[in-house]
Amino acid sequence: MSATISRSTLRIALVGNPNTGKSTLFNALAGINQRVGNYPGVTVEKKIGRFNKGLQTFELIDLPGTYSLAPRSPDEMVAVDVLLGRGSCQSPPDIVLSIVDAANLQRNLYLLSQVLSCGLPTVVALNMVDVAGDRGIEIDVAALSERLGVRVIPIQANRGQGITELKTALVQVAEEIALPEHDPFPPVFRDLADQLTDHLNRNRSEALPRFLVDRLILDGNGYLEYQLLPDETTSQHEELTKIRQELADNGLPVPAVEAISRYGWVGKLLDGIVHVPDQRHLTISDRIDHVLTNKIWGTLVLLAVMAFLFSSIFILAEPAMNLVDDGVSWLGEHVNSLLSEGALQSLVVDGVIGGVGAVVIFLPQILILFAFIAVLEDCGYMARAAYLMDRLMAGVGLSGRSFIPLLSSFACAVPGIMATRVIENRRDRLATILIAPLMSCSARLPVYVILIGAFVPAHTYLGGMVGLRGLTLLSMYLLGIFVAVVVAWLLKRTLLRGETPPFVLELPSYKLPSLRTVCFRMTERGWDFLKRAGTVIFAVTIVVWALAYYPRNESKVANQIAAERNKLQTQIDSTEVDTREHEVASNSLDEFDQPEHLDHLAASLHQQQSFLGRAGKFIEPAVRPLGWDWRIGCAAIASFPAREVVMGVLGVIYNLGSDLDVGSEGDQSRLQERLQAARWDDTGERVYNLPVALSLMVFFALCAQCAATLAVIYRETNSWRWPIFTFTYMTLLAYVGALATYQISSRIWL
Amino acid sequence: MTTLAQLSRGESAQVVQIAQGSELSQRLLEMGVTPGVVIRFIGAAPLGDPLEYELRGYRLCMRRNEAEQIEIQLTSHDR
Repeated sequence: MSATISRSTLRIALVGNPNTGKSTLFNALAGINQRVGNYPGVTVEKKIGRFNKGLQTFELIDLPGTYSLAPRSPDEMVAVDVLLGRGSCQSPPDIVLSIVDAANLQRNLYLLSQVLSCGLPTVVALNMVDVAGDRGIEIDVAALSERLGVRVIPIQANRGQGITELKTALVQVAEEIALPEHDPFPPVFRDLADQLTDHLNRNRSEALPRFLVDRLILDGNGYLEYQLLPDETTSQHEELTKIRQELADNGLPVPAVEAISRYGWVGKLLDGIVHVPDQRHLTISDRIDHVLTNKIWGTLVLLAVMAFLFSSIFILAEPAMNLVDDGVSWLGEHVNSLLSEGALQSLVVDGVIGGVGAVVIFLPQILILFAFIAVLEDCGYMARAAYLMDRLMAGVGLSGRSFIPLLSSFACAVPGIMATRVIENRRDRLATILIAPLMSCSARLPVYVILIGAFVPAHTYLGGMVGLRGLTLLSMYLLGIFVAVVVAWLLKRTLLRGETPPFVLELPSYKLPSLRTVCFRMTERGWDFLKRAGTVIFAVTIVVWALAYYPRNESKVANQIAAERNKLQTQIDSTEVDTREHEVASNSLDEFDQPEHLDHLAASLHQQQSFLGRAGKFIEPAVRPLGWDWRIGCAAIASFPAREVVMGVLGVIYNLGSDLDVGSEGDQSRLQERLQAARWDDTGERVYNLPVALSLMVFFALCAQCAATLAVIYRETNSWRWPIFTFTYMTLLAYVGALATYQISSRIWL
Repeated sequence: MTTLAQLSRGESAQVVQIAQGSELSQRLLEMGVTPGVVIRFIGAAPLGDPLEYELRGYRLCMRRNEAEQIEIQLTSHDR
């Protein structure tokens, strides 16, 4: 790479409404040459791509899709910050690329009007000209370009048409000096705004740009006022209030004046150069919408889509997850034989490989779910799903946008929580994140299945139509939903109380999803998860491994095994040769001496004396009221990284070895037998009965024993406060729920 | 006062004004619900809420209580 011709890289900001094909254009321009980051301090994705045209290199910054540059939240402020070169951005972008939907000109040009006010070199990409053409909308592009005073390039981003012309226009605009002049406001507004600019800039070293002063006047929420005039004198705030009052007196109330002025400008701009058919014919999209929002058909289609989405996360992901699982154990076995026995072998096999496996196992579900969400979003159905479900979700104080994330959480809370990014309102988004882990995810299923199979009698009712086991399983799912509803209701009235956010939602036209966009989105989310949540999950797995491994006392365990063996030997010695008793006793010794049994026994004894085993014994008084012995307590602690681990840990404790596969029926029934046979150390009574099994299931239905979920909550909220809050409230609920279940049910059945 | 929530299916009206001052009014204005704009009621979601409208060549939905904040005037053409 020689730098003989060194022209500095030009920075382009890509701005546009949601649903305009902005991501498609971004991918068409940058290809795979892109990376995703975060704006500092906020969880807004920052996508940056690079591309060349001739000798010129461009850096393309994708701004969050927005309808307006009026900032209402830190997230929306990001777009304004980038355009003005404030905050973390060193300088304004060299060029603004504004994507405009040709089939939806008026609302798209509102944002363009705000962009032009920034006074930066601008190029307009007029997308979806084909869709507009199909609707009979005729646009005189040359006249539009002339009236706007900026280049307008018609494109079809999904087919890659017009991209070359767009790149040429970007190179050309970079060489020009003239900047767009744009002022849609009436003279009265301009006079008053200039007056305020003078007043504010009187004592400032760095003058506020005109655009920002305009925004300051128009922003009624006080966000910009707080940002720009944090510790200014009251006279400045008074001046601002005075100017707003004068505007209102002149019939230009804030904030309506902005929309009226800009939409007025749009009307004049389009007059005579855009022809929209008077007699609007029904488009295909209209007809699809007619069916999909119909009372009966719409509901049926929604149910079908959701059932398909839900079952495919389960069914399609399962083979891939098994593959990951098998791959991890295969790798573990091979590494096992390569390393000599000891701490290093255990660390590599159980800690490192197991930890990587614990991260990768989530990938199939995340990829499938995000492929689905990308398809639903890209074809325009996502907004309809929110529209159809809003009434239901409004009952608990949420909105239709929370529906898909919560539904996804039944498969796995990790992709569900990542999907909450579609929820604009911070409080609604947080409430959804906090209740998502209460949905019974697929990791709880093996816990339910084993315990129900072992302890719930297979009674059937209504002529075999309804089984008690099925009902128990169903009630576990319903319990999660019920508790989630209550928690959401409480959160929205306490911690997350606030004005109901508006549910003003665009229902975009339907279109065929682009495979490219779907693939990009899927891999983007997959990587994001691996990078951000993966590290936390991995670390937690290593810590739990260490707790279960140390302290290691080989001689003590060897002594214990020898003592057990001696007991059997004494039994043999005390019986006469050739009697039945003698035969039984020597058979048990033979079984005892099986290498597999000795391994499992050693593993069990090691675990009992590890920190984990000691912790289990330490918390026994606390879990006793739940009907649990120290072994269950121990398994509950060890399952902190992931719920499904609990059965594996119980397997080790009951001498079944750590390679127990709770998915296979043979291993399931072996574990069930051991559980049914387990007895209390002191009284000798059976540990497990129906109330204990129920209490254990309720605990796992409500607890937050999943490091991946907590890591993703941290990643999505950018603070440790919320994962800690989630873990605390869910563990408390789980404990109380399990306690109540055991105390009540043991009085009924025992 | 006639509000947007009172329109029947397929009926159009002209927006007169939006109740001032809330986050809602700013959002509606940005989305093009400005005084004078013609807006048509498409239909309601299966559970009766939210409501779907068409304006400026695109579809927009909002909750019933939000539509009640928007004062309208029936256009003579559609009477």
